[in-house]
Amino acid sequence: MSTEDRKRAAHRALVARILEGDGRAPRDQRRSAFDNSGLGEPLRTLIDKVAERPTQITDEDIIAAKTAGRAEDEIFELVVCAAVGQATRQYETALAALAHASGEGGD
Amino acid sequence: MRLEILNSGYSLGTRLLFAFIRAVSRHPVPDAARLVFYRPDFYGARMKEITHEAMRGPSAWSVADRELMAALVSKANENAFCIAAHTATAARAHDDEAMVAAVLDHLETAPIEEPLRATLRMLRKLVLENTVNSNDMSAVLAAGVSREQIEDALAVCFAFNTTNRLADAFGFSMLDPEGFDAGAKYLLARGYR
Repeated sequence: MSTEDRKRAAHRALVARILEGDGRAPRDQRRSAFDNSGLGEPLRTLIDKVAERPTQITDEDIIAAKTAGRAEDEIFELVVCAAVGQATRQYETALAALAHASGEGGD
Repeated sequence: MRLEILNSGYSLGTRLLFAFIRAVSRHPVPDAARLVFYRPDFYGARMKEITHEAMRGPSAWSVADRELMAALVSKANENAFCIAAHTATAARAHDDEAMVAAVLDHLETAPIEEPLRATLRMLRKLVLENTVNSNDMSAVLAAGVSREQIEDALAVCFAFNTTNRLADAFGFSMLDPEGFDAGAKYLLARGYR
C-alpha cells in the first residue's frame, strides 16, 4: 500500500470507529454531529460552532449541553465527531479537486 | 479543560505516566497530549497514528516544512494553542524563527521556495473558505509540487483542522514559552505517537 493510500485508510478507520463503534452517545446523534445536521438545541449550537466557528465556543455552550442532561462522555464524543466531520469534508473536497486537476474527471 | 473527564478521568496508569512526564520535563503535560489519552479506543489511538504518519511518516516534505504547514493551518483557524505549539516546533526544526513568523504574517513575500508557498496558499484557502477547486490544485501542481506531496499536505491539514477545533471546544490551557519550547523538543525527538 502506498503512503498516500495508508493515510487515507487510517482516516477511514477513525471515521468508522467514531461513527459505527460503541459509544455513550447514540450512533444517529454521532452521525448528526459529524454531518452538523439534524440535532436539536442546545447541542445544535455547540456542534455548529465546533464545525464552523470554533473560536466562539464558550463555557456556556458546554454548560448548556450538560444542563440539558447530556453526560460529559456524550459531549466528548459528539464534539469529536463534529471536529472530525468538518475536517473530513475539507479533506475529501480537496482530494476530489486534486483528482480532477490530475485528469481523473469527477469534481 | 472544559470537561471534567478530560482533567481527571484518566486511568491510574495514565495518571502515573503524566506524573512521570511532568517530573522529567518540569512542565505540565500539554492538554493536546492529555486529550489523546482519554478513552484512546474512541479517538486518541487512531488520531495519534494519523497525526504521526502525516507529520513524521514518509514524505517528500521535510519534517520542518510539515510543522510549518501545521502552524499555518492553525493560524488560519485562529487557534492560539496550536499556533504557539507549532510555531515553536517549526522554528526549532528550521532553526529560523524569523522565516516562520514571516510565513504566518506575510506568506506572499516570505523567504521560502515557490512550491512550498503555493502549497501553503492552497491550504490556507481550504481552511478559510472550506473548499478549493481544481484550478487551485492545478496552480500547486504547476508550481512543481507532486500529487503525492499535495496529498501529504492535505493529511497534515486534516490532522490540524481536527485538533484546532478540539483545542477550542475543550479549552486547551496555554503554556508559557518554556513549556511550548519543551513541547517542541519532544515533538521533534519523539513525534506524535
